[in-house]
Amino acid sequence: MSTHNTHAFELPVIGAEQIALLEKLSNAVGISGDEGEVRKIVLDEIKGLVDQIIVDSLGNVLAICNGEGPDPLRVMLAAHMDEVGFMLVEEDAPGLYAFAVVGGVDLRHLPGKMVQAGKQHLPGVIGAKPIHLQEKDENGRAIPLTSLRIDIGPGGKGKLKPGDRAAFATAFQQVGPSIIGKALDDRLGVATLIEILKRRPRQLTLQVAFTVQEEVGLRGARVAGYALNPDIAIILDSTPSYDLPVWDGEENIRYNTRIGCGPAIYTVDGATINDPRLIKFLAQIAERHGIPFQFRQPGGGGTDAGAIHKTRGGVPSVSISVPGRYQHTAAQITRTDDWTHTLQLVYAALHGLDRSVLAAER
Amino acid sequence: MKALIKKFVEAAGPSGFENAVRDLVKAEIAPYVDRIEVDALGSLIAWKGSRQPGGKRVMISAHLDEIGVIATHVDQNGFVRFTPLGAVRPHTCLGGRVIFQNGTRGVIGSERLEDLARTPGFEQMFIDVGAASREDCPVRTGDAGSFDRDFVALSENRLAAKAMDDRIGVAVQVEVIRQLKASPNELVFVFSTQEEVMLRGATTAAYAVDPEIGISIDVTVSGDTPRGIKMETALGKGPAIKVRDAGMISDPRLVRHMCAAAERLGIPVQLEILEGGTTDARAIQTTRAGVPAGCVSIPCRYIHSPSEVLDYQDVINSVKLLVELLGHPIDLQ
Repeated sequence: MSTHNTHAFELPVIGAEQIALLEKLSNAVGISGDEGEVRKIVLDEIKGLVDQIIVDSLGNVLAICNGEGPDPLRVMLAAHMDEVGFMLVEEDAPGLYAFAVVGGVDLRHLPGKMVQAGKQHLPGVIGAKPIHLQEKDENGRAIPLTSLRIDIGPGGKGKLKPGDRAAFATAFQQVGPSIIGKALDDRLGVATLIEILKRRPRQLTLQVAFTVQEEVGLRGARVAGYALNPDIAIILDSTPSYDLPVWDGEENIRYNTRIGCGPAIYTVDGATINDPRLIKFLAQIAERHGIPFQFRQPGGGGTDAGAIHKTRGGVPSVSISVPGRYQHTAAQITRTDDWTHTLQLVYAALHGLDRSVLAAER
Repeated sequence: MKALIKKFVEAAGPSGFENAVRDLVKAEIAPYVDRIEVDALGSLIAWKGSRQPGGKRVMISAHLDEIGVIATHVDQNGFVRFTPLGAVRPHTCLGGRVIFQNGTRGVIGSERLEDLARTPGFEQMFIDVGAASREDCPVRTGDAGSFDRDFVALSENRLAAKAMDDRIGVAVQVEVIRQLKASPNELVFVFSTQEEVMLRGATTAAYAVDPEIGISIDVTVSGDTPRGIKMETALGKGPAIKVRDAGMISDPRLVRHMCAAAERLGIPVQLEILEGGTTDARAIQTTRAGVPAGCVSIPCRYIHSPSEVLDYQDVINSVKLLVELLGHPIDLQ
C-alpha cells in the first residue's frame, strides 16, 4: 500500500496485528447494554496509550489524550462497542429459551442460525420446524418471533436466566480479499480507533469514545458527547453495501455504498445532516493522499453522530463508515482494503486537522 | 414588507444548507441588534437589549430552512435520483422544478406509471437537469436542492410562494427586530436551521441561549379550504396563538398573556390546536430544566407544497403582536 512518496508521513496499513485485533473484537460478545467483554479488550488495548480513561455510568469508555500547545482543538472520535443480538426472556423447557431481539434484526434471518448464549458462550441453535414437516404454504412465510426458540439442549437446564444475552456464533475469518464476522458493525470502528491511538496526532486533544447502546438508540453517545463537550466529532461505523447486480441488468441506483470503493463519507442520513465543512475537508484529505473514498447515498439510518451533534450547543460532526454487505445478520462481509483506506483517511485527516476547518460559517 | 417576504421566500435554503438565507437575514438585522453569532449547526443567533427590572431572557425562534431534496445517485444517462430533505410529499413533486445549491435547475419526472391513480414514490422519480450522461451532469451525490417557484401576490392580501414555511416567520422576526425600540427583556432572536428534520437547530440553540421564556414563529395549517382539514384557523382572521400541537402543549399562562396583549392592541387572534407537526417551541420547552414556551402561528394553506398561501394582514398583525409582547415584561400568571 505504501506507494506514496508525496506526504511527510507514512499512512498506516492493515497487517497481521490489526487483523488479529479485529478478530478478537469481532468474536467477543457485546450485545447492547452488556458490552463488558468488548470493553475489557478495549481497556487492555489502550492502557498506556492515553492520558486518562473513564468508564462512565452507562459503560462507555472515554479515553482522553491531551494535545500539545495552548488551547488544542478537542476532537471526539466515536465508535460503538455494542452489536445487535438477543436477550433471553423465559426458559420454556429445559435448555429451551424464548427470546427477544436487541437492535435491528430481521427475523427472516434467524431460523437455523448458531448462537452463543450467556457469559459462558454456551453453544445453541435457533430452531425451526424442518422442511420435511412443513405444510404446503408454510414455506413462504416468515416465522414469528413467538415461534422461535434458542435451544442449548437439556444439559443447559438452569444455566441461563432471563436477561442473559445471546449472539450469533459466526467465527471471524479472512477469505481472500475479504473479512467475515458477526460484529464487524462496529468492531471495525473500535479497532480503527485503537489503531489511531497507537499513532495519535500530537496537536489535538483526542476524546475517544467507545460507546454503548448505539443499536438501541444512540444512548451511550448521547451522554458521552455531553461529557466530552468536543469542538468537532468524527464518528466511525460500518454501513451496508447493497451493491448487488439488479436482476434485469439495469443500473443499480440504490446501493447505499459499494464495497471495494473505500470509506463511505456521510452526507445526510436519518439522524444527521453532516457538517459540509468536515465533508469537504475529508474529501480534500483523501484526494491529497490518493485514498479512495465514496459518499454514502443520502437516506435513512444513522450513527452515533445523530446524538453527538445535538449535544449542548451543537457539535460539528461527520461520520465515516467501512462499507460491508449483510449487516445485522449472522455474517457481514467487508473488503480488507476498505478498512485499510478508512484507517488511512482518519489518520491523515487527524494529522491535517486544525481550527481552520471551522473558520468559515457552516 | 412584501418586498422583504419576496426576497426571503425566493432564496434557497433546504434543511442543513441554509447559508444563503442566513446571509440575507444577517444583512437585514445587523444594524438593529447588539451581537450576532452563527452556531455549530448554522443557526443565526442575535442578541438585542439587556434584562431590566421585571424583564426576562426571551428566546424567539423562526426557522431558516425549508423542505427540499438531496441527490442520491446520478445515472449513466445523467438523470439525478433523489430523496427528500424534510417532509416532502410525493404528490407535490411531479412536474415541479428544483434548483440545486450550485445553481443547476432541474425538472422532476418519473418512470412510466402503471397506475395513474396512485402517486409514485420518490424511488420512481428523478430530476432531469438537462444532462446527457453522468460525466456531463453538474449534480453529484450529496448535492442539496430546493423547490423552484416565484413569489406571487394572488390578490391584495393573499400571497403565494414556496417556503412560506417558515420564511414568513423569518420575515416577521426581522420586522420585529427592526420595529422594537425598547424592551425590559434580554431578547435573543434565533434564526434556526434544520427545523424540518426534527428541530435540530433550535435544540442546540435553546441549550446555548438558556432562555426563561421561549416563543417560536411558524406557519400553521388553515382549515378554510374546500373539504379541507377540520380546524378553527382561517386566513385573514389574525395570528394563531398555539394551544397545542403534536409535539407541545403551550404554557397556558403564556397563551393567556398573548391573548391579553392582542386584546390590548385590538387585533384579531385565533386559537390553534394542530393535530400533526410541531415547531421550534417544542425544542425550547424541553431544553435543560424546561422553559415556558408558546408559538405565534401564521395560518397557511397547502403547507409543504411549492405554493403555500397566506394572508398579508395576518403577517402584519403577527408583527404587531410580537412587538407588543416582547416590548413589555412577560409576567406569567
